[in-house]
Formats: sequence, C-alpha cells, structure tokens
Amino acid sequence: MNRFFGRRYIISAIFIVLILVLLGRLFYVQIIDDRYRIYAESQAKRIFYLNPARGPILDRNGKILVQNQAFYDVMVTPNLVKPPFDTGEFCKLFNIDTAEFNRRMAKANKYSRSQQSVFEKQLSPEAYASIEERLSEFSGFQSSTRYLRTYPESVAAQFLGYIGEVHDNDIKKSGGYYHQGDFTGVTGVEKSYESVLRGRRGVQYKLVDARGRPQGEWANGAFDTTAVAGERLTSSLDIRIQKFGEQLMHNKVGSIVAIEPSTGEILCYVSSPTYDPNLMVGHDRGKHAAELYKDPYKPFFIRPIQAYYPPGSSFKPVDALIAEQQGLITPQTTYFCPGYYVSGNRHIKCFHGESHGTVDLAKAVAESCNGYFFMVFEKLVNKYGWKNTDSAFTAWRDNVSKFGLGTRLDLDMPGEGRGNLPKATYYDKVYHKGGWRSGTVISLGIGQGELLATPLQLANLECTIANHGYYYKPHLVKGIGDKNIIRTEYTQRNFVNVDSQYFEPVINGMQQVVENGTAVASKIPGIVMCGKTGTAQINNKVDNSVFVCYAPRDHPRIAVAVIVENAGQGAQWAAPIASFIVEKYLRDSISVRPSGITPEFFMNANILPDLGNYGQKLKAKPVPRDTLNKMGIDTSDHKEAPANKAPLKSASGRKHKATKPVLIAALVNKEEDEH
Amino acid sequence: MNTNQQRNFFFNVDWLMVGIYLTLCAIGVLNIHSAIFNPKQPALYDLSTDYGKQLLFVVIGISVGIVILLLDTRFISSLAPFFYGITVFLLMLVLVVGRNVGGNQAWIPLFGGFRLQPSEFAKLSTCLLLARYLSGTNIKITDTRSFAIAAAIIGLPMFLIMLQPDAGSTLVFSCLIFVLYREGLSPYFLILEGLFILLFVLTLKLNNAVGIVGVLTGLAILIILMFRRNGKLIRVIVMGLAICVSFVFCVRFIYTKVLKPHQKSRIDIVLGITSDPKGKGYNVHQSIIAIGSGKMWGRGYMRGTQTKFAFVPEQQTDFIFCTVGEEWGFAGSTVVLSLYLLLVLRIIRIAERQRSPFSRIYAYGVASAIFFHVFINVGMTIGIVPSIGIPLPLISYGGSSLLSFTVMIFILIKLDSNRMGIIY
Repeated sequence: MNRFFGRRYIISAIFIVLILVLLGRLFYVQIIDDRYRIYAESQAKRIFYLNPARGPILDRNGKILVQNQAFYDVMVTPNLVKPPFDTGEFCKLFNIDTAEFNRRMAKANKYSRSQQSVFEKQLSPEAYASIEERLSEFSGFQSSTRYLRTYPESVAAQFLGYIGEVHDNDIKKSGGYYHQGDFTGVTGVEKSYESVLRGRRGVQYKLVDARGRPQGEWANGAFDTTAVAGERLTSSLDIRIQKFGEQLMHNKVGSIVAIEPSTGEILCYVSSPTYDPNLMVGHDRGKHAAELYKDPYKPFFIRPIQAYYPPGSSFKPVDALIAEQQGLITPQTTYFCPGYYVSGNRHIKCFHGESHGTVDLAKAVAESCNGYFFMVFEKLVNKYGWKNTDSAFTAWRDNVSKFGLGTRLDLDMPGEGRGNLPKATYYDKVYHKGGWRSGTVISLGIGQGELLATPLQLANLECTIANHGYYYKPHLVKGIGDKNIIRTEYTQRNFVNVDSQYFEPVINGMQQVVENGTAVASKIPGIVMCGKTGTAQINNKVDNSVFVCYAPRDHPRIAVAVIVENAGQGAQWAAPIASFIVEKYLRDSISVRPSGITPEFFMNANILPDLGNYGQKLKAKPVPRDTLNKMGIDTSDHKEAPANKAPLKSASGRKHKATKPVLIAALVNKEEDEH
Repeated sequence: MNTNQQRNFFFNVDWLMVGIYLTLCAIGVLNIHSAIFNPKQPALYDLSTDYGKQLLFVVIGISVGIVILLLDTRFISSLAPFFYGITVFLLMLVLVVGRNVGGNQAWIPLFGGFRLQPSEFAKLSTCLLLARYLSGTNIKITDTRSFAIAAAIIGLPMFLIMLQPDAGSTLVFSCLIFVLYREGLSPYFLILEGLFILLFVLTLKLNNAVGIVGVLTGLAILIILMFRRNGKLIRVIVMGLAICVSFVFCVRFIYTKVLKPHQKSRIDIVLGITSDPKGKGYNVHQSIIAIGSGKMWGRGYMRGTQTKFAFVPEQQTDFIFCTVGEEWGFAGSTVVLSLYLLLVLRIIRIAERQRSPFSRIYAYGVASAIFFHVFINVGMTIGIVPSIGIPLPLISYGGSSLLSFTVMIFILIKLDSNRMGIIY
C-alpha cells in the first residue's frame, strides 16, 4: 500500500476502455457491416464446370458422322518441376531443343508457378501413346484429356456445320447457360440441335485457397450437379450416297438433294464445292476458316437451302396439276405447237424453236413443250376473265405455294431460304396496278422469270409428285437420342390440294422423259425412273443444268433434285448424276449403262465456272422485270432479254470491277496451295 | 504457515490465473490447428506441424511453470540482474549470428530446427530487473536519477531490438510506462504519451506540421491566459508545448527521412492516408474480411475459408486472431478478449495484494506487457493499429513467445503464492 494505490483504478480503467474500443470495432466489423461475409465467399468459392461430351451424330444406317475423339494436352506445374530432371531426355521425348523447352517453361512460369498450364497442345492419341509411359518420370508434368469433334468420313460439311466459341450475344441470350470460352454450334446441325447435342453441364462448387488451388467441396457438394452427355442424333442421311454425291459433284458448283418420299427424310444433302469438316476443328481452324471464306466458290454457302435457281422446266408439272384440279385442262387437252406460242400479239419461241406438233399433257411433259405450258398458265391466270389477272394470279400463287415453293419448308437447319414466288403486289409495284396481264408474267408458267427455288424445294416437289399429292416436311434428323424421338410435324402429311388421279398423266410424261425423252441417256436398266430435265438460265451465257426425278415409279423410294451451275443442258450433267445417286441408293452398285456413261467420267470432270463471271452470279437477285413483256417475240427460255440485260449489266459490271482483284488474288493463292 | 508452504508446493497458488492461462493456451492450439490444418497430418500432436509443435511448447511451458513453482522466491529476485545480463548478451549475439526471417534479424537458430527469439525473453528480464531496481530502498521514480536509471533499464533492450530492426517488439517496452506511473511517475507523462499518439496521427494525416504547431501554441496561450495566476501550470504548459512542438517536427522528420517505404506504407494504410487492398494493405484487408465474415457466431471450427486457405498471411502467428474472429464470430472474439481483460485485471488485483514492492512492480510489468500485446495485435487485425508484428500472448504460434509469457505468469503466481512470506 502506498499513496499511489488509487492509480490502480486509472490503469484498470484505461485497460477496460481500450478493450471496449476493440470490442466496438469488432462489433462493427462482425455484426453491422455485412460486406465481409460476401467478400470471403466470393474469394474462396469458385464454380468449376464439367463439360459433358457432345452428342455424336450417326447416319441412317448407324455409321458415325461425328464423334468426339480424345486429344491430350501435356500440362506443366512449374514449381513441381524438381531435380532430378533430365532436360535432355525430356526434350528428346517431345522432339524440341533446350531453347524451346526454356521458352515454354518461362511462359508457364509467367502464367503461374503453382498452377497448371499447357506445355504441349492437342497431341493425337498416337503421338501421346509414344510419350505416355515416360511422362511419369518427369516431375511436374501431367496430361489432360480434351475431346474434339472428329469426322471419320469427312463428308456432309454443310449439314454438320461446326462448333465455335460463344460470342457475347450468345452468352446474353442463353440466360446464364454459356460462359466465356464455351463452345456452341455455329452452323448446321450443330446449331439447330445445339440444345440436344450439348447435354447438360455439371457444376461443382469448390473451395479454393489464395492461389486458386481447389481445396475441397463447398457445402459438402450439396449443390453440385453431374454432367449429362449430349443426346445421340440419328441423321436421315445415307453416308453411302452422300459420299458418292460429293464425289460426283467434285469440281462442280451445285447441289444434290435426295429425299425419301414416304417419310420426308433427306438422304443426300450435297453442296458443292464442299470442304472437309475436320478442317474446322483443332489448332488451325481459324486459318482454315479464313481460307475457306476467301474461296470464290464459297464452300460455306449452303446451296441446298440457300442458293436460288429458276426451276425451269422442272416446274411445268405444277402448272399442269393445278389446271387439271381446277378442270381447266384434261389429260386429253391438246395443243398444236408450231414452234412458237402466241400470247396476245406476241410470238414466243418454243424450246430451240422446234415444232412439237400436236401434244397432249403427257407428251408436253415428256417433250418439255413450252407452248403447251404457256397455254396452261394463261388458262390459269385468265380464268376469271383476262382483265381479272390480279385475283386469278393470286389464286395460282396460293396453289403453287402449297407445293412448298416460295416458302420455307421448316427444315431442321439454320439459314433456310424461301426461294421466290412473286406476289401480285410485286407486279402492281413494277407495273402500275392493272397494268399487267397473263402475257406479262407468262415466263412464270415455264419456271422462269422471277420464280426461284432452292434445290430442297425442287426435291420436295418431286416427293409430292411421287406421293400423288402430299409431302412430309423434309428433315435431316430422323431421331433424337436412344429412343429416336422425332418432331411430330415431320410425321404429318402436307396435302397440295390436287387429287391423286391427276398425277398419272404428268407421271406418264415424266417417265417418258427418261424412257425415250431428253434424259434417255440416264436410263437405269431395270429401274423405272420418272424425271424432268430443266435447263434454266439466269443471266449467264451458260445454263444451269437441272434434273429432278424419283424412282421407282411404283412405291417410290427416292426423289432427287440435282443442279449443276453453268453446266449446260439438264440432260447432259444433272440427269446422269441424279441417275447414279438413284441407282446407288436402290442397288448400292452402278450397272453398265447402255448409253456408256460412267460415274468416273463425272467425278473427274471439271466444269467449275469461270471466276470472272462467277463472282457476280451469287449475288444476282431475282430479275426485276419480266423479260417477255419488254422482249416480246424473240424470247426463248435460254436466251437473255436485252432490255433486262442493260440495267443488270451495269450493276453487275460495277460489282465485277469491285470483286475482280480479290478473285484474282484468291486464284493465285489456290494455285500456290496446290503446288 | 511456512511449514504448510513447504509441505505443499501448490499452496496459495492463484488457480484462477492458472485456469485462464490454460484456457488461453488451449484456445491457441485449437486455432492454430484450424488455421493451418493439413489433411495429410490431421493429428493435433503431429510434431511436424505447427499445431503439434505448439502443443509441445504448451507441455514444455507447463513443465517449466511447475519448476518455477518449486523454486525459492528469493532466487528469482536475486537472479534478476543475471537474467537481464544474459538477455542483453543474446540480443547482441542475435545481431551477429541471427537468422534473418522476414526482414528482421531476430532469431538464433537452435538444435532440431527450433529457433530462439531473445526479444521475447527481453520483456521478462526487463520487468524483473525494473522491479528489482524500483523496489530498492530510497528509490523514488520522481527523482531524476532513479528515473534515468529506470529509463536506461528499459531503453537498452529497446535500442538493441530496434537494431534488428523489430519495431513491434521495440514498442512493447513503451507499455512499461504504466509501471512507472503506478510507482509514482507524474501523470503528465501518461498524458504526454496519449498526446504523442494523437499528435502522431494528426501530423501524418494532416501533413501540415506548421499548422498543428500553430494550433498547439494558440491553445497553450489560451490556457495560460485563463489560468494566469497558476504559475506551476504555466510552467507545465510551456514545457509541454515545447515537447509537443519538437515531437511534431520529429515525427515529420522520421516519417519522411528515416522510415523505410514499407514501414511508411503500413502507417499510411492504418491512418487511412492510402488504401491499397491488393498490395501493402492486402494483409489487413484480408484480415478484416476474415474477422468480418465471422458474424455473430462464426463459421465454426475448421470452416474458416479466409484463414485455412491462406488468404490471410501469417495466419498462425501474428494474425491468429483472424481465426478466432472468423470461426467463432463476435461471440468468440468477445470471450477471448474478456479472458485477456480478466487476466490483466486479475494480475492488477494480485499486484495490489502484494506486500513486497518487487512483486507488485513486477506484476504491473506483466499486466502491461500482456495488455499491450493484446491491444496492438487485435487492433492490427481489425485495422485500427498499424500492422507491427507482435504475437497474441499464449495464442499465437511461437515457442519463444509462449515460453516467455508462461515464465512471466508463473513467476507471478509463485511470487503471489509466497505473498505472506518474508519481504525481501
């Protein structure tokens, strides 16, 4: 005890007050301020995604079109690379020199010393097998498996499409499903069946330490989900005829579409020129994509559904069927073809100006008499009197569109085009209202003029004829998953409002085309095929070769549309190719043809269009004015209309100038590649 | 009574102190276990881990404590200068042979990978020698000579530790001002120390030394004018003003010229002059997140992500309180701080019941040292004190620190158990 005894209280008070200061601050930090729990969670909780295997795609016979193949990345964790480490041996294993080794290690070090980074990318299974056993001798190195799409048969690129990293827009639209760096279908079936193919991603919540290394499950894995692999798709394609078709179309520009009429399943979907889908996978995909994009023949252009062609003579049966249904003609209706057709006061030349004499419906189809179908078309468009062109035309248009022309067929692929089936309002705009008559638009009657169709629409038209009046919507995927689920809309018949008995005369005519008509050279011994050639031209000196057909006549199993651009007569190129496809599908072999044509000849033929003309051709729009109206008498269906030529020429001339340097450059590149 | 004492070594032992001591040690081991838990070595007693080692230190500490209880109290007092001498020698030795860890040359390597940190023991021996000196006859702290000697006893180890340089451990010795105050030092010193802290903060925060000096002078003149007749007060005020003004300029000088950039930045962050949660302020930022995320009841034993996953650095030593805050929440933090407060107040109570001034002075030294450590360490983890690395007594990992505090506390218990005995 001394006189400073009281100071114990002061000291105690100071201690108590300071401890209270600490407690006050703790109270604020722990109870009042809510941010810190969130900070802590966001620092330590990390979401890891388990990407499921993407669904494989098979052809209709179970052959693999796309599968996932394992590739191996060799990963390095720099701070685990410890002596004894034989750098020389290691470099030998990877076939690199020490400088390269040091460069890669420096890069890995820069990324992180304690986390894995890629040392060697995407080794093939064969390459990996050679180093697999020895890799464990080197501390710090591990392998990581990654799955890539591979296409064992290298076919059907435009059907299969490709996958690529998601864009910001996809991420926004997906509502949180996609993240930066994910892959998604960009085109083709990969895009349209993305939600089925991708499967369901697994999510793992993990705790990570300050260096980002996983340290265990968050909430004991209660919120984790496992990855569910993507569904398997069974395509309707038949890989045999798909491959065969691509070979036949080699070095040609055009398209083959084959459909099974009894189901609407697409058997063959060739767009030429094509490319190897394997180019769009892996390390060099960007480079390959750029090269393909620059290719003037545009391999990315999906011709079966995006290219528009005048159907030409292959359209003629449609007019006849509609007219028959409406009682405007009968199979016995005849027309005397003097080699030209008189519409109003105009003379329009028949094909090649030859006289067909008296033709009935079947003969008109078989001989492709323009005059007959001009007559049929005028009957249709003038059925309400020749002044009421407008309403009769609209009625005609409605009937035609039932055949799937001028409208999308809802193919299960992205990017399908409508073709072009002009409306009455279109002509009202071009000519003033009431200023056009049947003669003005008469070229529509023979599938020319503004009428444009995709190869898919033409093939579908053949299915309708083969089925005597209905079609199934064409589709490329016949079953999803193990249960082979199919969308119900693909199992419903779409009727075209023409009774089945009216088809016989047309079919008879189409059979004659192959038996002894224009396509006689493509006759397949022992198979009754019905077909129709078309020689449709747009604005080129050389015609597009068109052929549509189905076979056999009774119980049809395949309907085909073939278009070879800038090739000439339908019978010359398209028809033989179609006949090979038909025979290959029905018999799986090619018999000796009496006409002597062989698939090898077509496979080897190179009829790629001249680049100078070609650049503008893809961009050619529907003809703005009806050629016949301005041209009058001198028009035949393979000749140009001069009045129409003028504006187009100037327009295309400009384009030509603009594109020329690019095209030349592309050509030079191509040559270099070949050497 | 003497016979009783001889019969039973645990006679008159303050069991509350022992209880608090053991509780804090247990809290320490458990929190270290949780903070740096290694799933490959889960056992608490695995000697290759820090928690295993800490458990060993606790066992050693308890053994040493029992040995101390067996000693004669005279022994402790008379050997104080000897201990002090050894400590000073070790503090010099460490400057020569010391192992440099984290920028401080503070450790002398021992056998088996253990290291001795002499600065931890310097607190103990300084307290002992200070008590021994101040309890001597005719020693009054108010005498200039006695004050100077007392200051020298404190100042020598401070100086040596500053050479390491270990700012935290150096500052610990300033807490002994409470001892001197209790023994009769003028309260002006205490006020001055508080004023220094205030001025220190203001000087650096406002960055305007002249302005502060002006305000101080104005205040002094005002007080002098108000109490014109009180001559003694005027003298004190004038002296205080002179000291304060020189302090302000000293602070500025030291801050701008002497301090190293990393020390400056630590001060800057605590004072809120700069904020840099990714760089220099990372430790404190992560530490506050850890403690703040504990909320009321904490995240539970071994559930703290901040500390276990090394977001908080030095999570088992200087930042061990983060684990307490994160896993046991405000409730746990309050319990731990209350235990410390209870310990310190208990020591003060023990101090005041001693008949021997040596025991009393020593007890105040122990209380001040423990309190200072707790306040600075916890204050640092919640960002109200600059992060100067000093351990949390009995809880932080570290053998030197634990043993030093153990010996401190058990010497006190021994002295207290003998309080009825002869006064030396």
